[in-house]
Amino acid sequence: MLLRHTPKEVADRKALMINPAKMCQPIGAMYAALGIHGCLPHSHGSQGCCAYHRSTLTRHYKEPISAASSSFTEGASVFGGQANLVQAIDNIFTVYEPDVIAVHTTCLSETIGDDLKQIHYKAVTDGKIPDGKTVIGAATPSYIGSHVTGFSNMVKAMAELAEPSGEKSGKVNVIPGWVEPADMIEIKRLAELVGVDITLFPDTSGVLDAPLTGEYNMFPEGGVTIEELKKTGDAIGTLALGEWCSADAARWLDSKCKVPCTVLDMPFGLAATDRFIDVLRTVAGVNVPDTVTHERGQLVDMISDMHQYLYGKKVAIWGDPDQLIAMTEFLVSLDMQPVYVVTGTPGKKFEKRIREICEGQPFEVKVKAKGDMFLMHQWIKNEPVDLLIGNTYGKYIARDEDIPFMRWGFPILDRQGHQYFPTVGYRGGLRLLEKMLEQILDRKDRDDSEQTFELVL
Amino acid sequence: MRKIAIYGKGGIGKSTTTQNTVAGLSMMGRKVMVVGCDPKADSTRLLLGGLAQKSVLDSLREEGEDVELEDIRKLGYGETWCVESGGPEPGVGCAGRGIITAINMLENLGAYEESEGLDYAFYDVLGDVVCGGFAMPIRDGKAEEIYIVCSGEMMAMYAANNICKGVMKFAQSGSVRLGGIICNSRNVDNEKEMIEELAKKLGTHMIYYVPRDNDVQRAEINRKTVIEWNPEVPQADIYRNLAKAIDENKRFTIPTPLEIEELEQLLLDFGLLDAA
Repeated sequence: MLLRHTPKEVADRKALMINPAKMCQPIGAMYAALGIHGCLPHSHGSQGCCAYHRSTLTRHYKEPISAASSSFTEGASVFGGQANLVQAIDNIFTVYEPDVIAVHTTCLSETIGDDLKQIHYKAVTDGKIPDGKTVIGAATPSYIGSHVTGFSNMVKAMAELAEPSGEKSGKVNVIPGWVEPADMIEIKRLAELVGVDITLFPDTSGVLDAPLTGEYNMFPEGGVTIEELKKTGDAIGTLALGEWCSADAARWLDSKCKVPCTVLDMPFGLAATDRFIDVLRTVAGVNVPDTVTHERGQLVDMISDMHQYLYGKKVAIWGDPDQLIAMTEFLVSLDMQPVYVVTGTPGKKFEKRIREICEGQPFEVKVKAKGDMFLMHQWIKNEPVDLLIGNTYGKYIARDEDIPFMRWGFPILDRQGHQYFPTVGYRGGLRLLEKMLEQILDRKDRDDSEQTFELVL
Repeated sequence: MRKIAIYGKGGIGKSTTTQNTVAGLSMMGRKVMVVGCDPKADSTRLLLGGLAQKSVLDSLREEGEDVELEDIRKLGYGETWCVESGGPEPGVGCAGRGIITAINMLENLGAYEESEGLDYAFYDVLGDVVCGGFAMPIRDGKAEEIYIVCSGEMMAMYAANNICKGVMKFAQSGSVRLGGIICNSRNVDNEKEMIEELAKKLGTHMIYYVPRDNDVQRAEINRKTVIEWNPEVPQADIYRNLAKAIDENKRFTIPTPLEIEELEQLLLDFGLLDAA
């Protein structure tokens, strides 16, 4: 009982957060930056920040994550970090030769008021940025928002590279949001099937799912290129998947480059994928191809085959807003009951949206933005659930309360496969179902009496 | 919309000059928002008729991050929107970060949107450019015009020169420009000529000379701008003219700060050091 001190009674808390359901902004900025080809993320702050973000990403992806740091000392915090960053840019381009450096700030550099645009200009005028190389930057103070905010800020910095030529390219920008490399591949596959030529950014496929070849490549093949990002201003439209992760960048392209944007939910589950495919189909002006309809049919088939085991099951889910919105909708469509929904990311809109999805359902949803795992645990102690869905941090609750636990989201530090098997799209829906059923049916087999234990389920 | 920041040495009369000028602009039919960037939160006192404004950071502290625009801005004299960034008490926290937070919050809440119909946004910034946070109003895309309030006193001129260093740094990489020096007279000998010369050396111009007049103090005691307190007095015309000069100003430059020897030479040339 590692969490034996968690009391059942829920007390009103204002200042105290226990086991937060979020991380800090720069880790999101770092992940997004890795979706640019030949990019070295750079943390503008002290070394400790950078080390923590790298190690968490490494633990999740089981890949080496390279990132540089401005290595602030006491002197830098007094005099500002300009000298450190300009020197770092010079060193990085000389020693590691990336195409791009994506700088994100930290609490310290934000608090002392370092201005990335002004430092960028200084680096340019000092001749520290070689021809053909790019430096982008995003402000990511962790005392605002969460890792999702940091991700969104860096994606917006990527969009700001757009240089509209005045001629439309016929391509469509797709901003996938914070999803796994496998999900990015799946989104590209679906777009190709429907016949839409897309620019996906960020794109971590080919970067964070690299094979073991015996050779270390600091900058793997994958990632969206700077050339592609520059052309996003010529696209005929932008599809932003996820209000929290992707909408800011899409709206920027809309207002500054007149590229009309559509903000959709992330395509997890049946209905959200339907909407995604429908928009793709409309853009391409085609009927949905048979392959896609076929895949959808397979998902519907499995849902109806296994409905009896899903029906009425109570679920507690936690993680990031965009993922939770789509997952809540999927669970409701399976006649499951997502009774507890918690994100650490702030935003009242989130709570409202979750309530809307659960409206009229035969259960009452408890939802909290800017919440924590402690509260989630208290709710569970008061009224248990049948299944937990969320990142690795839920394993303590799963163990103490003896509840089946399906790992999904970020970070997953203790299981594998998430970077290789997608959970978006219809096929991703099949995988989500498979994972849920595995947990639910394993538990049934464990708990069934000798009389009710069945070979065939 | 024109975005203007007023800088100058502490106690030089930035807030007084700003509010009186804003009153002049509003009488010309301009829609103005004043953002006070001072932890003391006293930059909009004359427009609001007292310290009645709840600061952005107080709202943030009490209500968390779900602050509405209506919570933090208030209509003052001449339909002017008044905002105070506020900040920590002396000796704790980080006032510079407070300014960053307040301005970002105003942007996110849409206070600068076209639909608000603003002609001007004024930032009234405390003291010298002392750290990154106090430079926030002159970062790229925030204030685009800087006016420095100055007098013929040495320390005020020294501060003005220092502020020019800050402006120059951001002007090179962004759109911010120096619009001119406002001379707020302290009845120093040769003051007008000396500030005109200083302005020239800094690569700008003295946009207006505001003579010293106790009517300003009388209006202040009544918590009013001069124009509101008594529109007939000569000082009211002075502020109307200053407002007009700013409204019509087209001279925007990247400042050329002086070396300290040059600054001292200037004082020498105008006979100030002799007197001392």
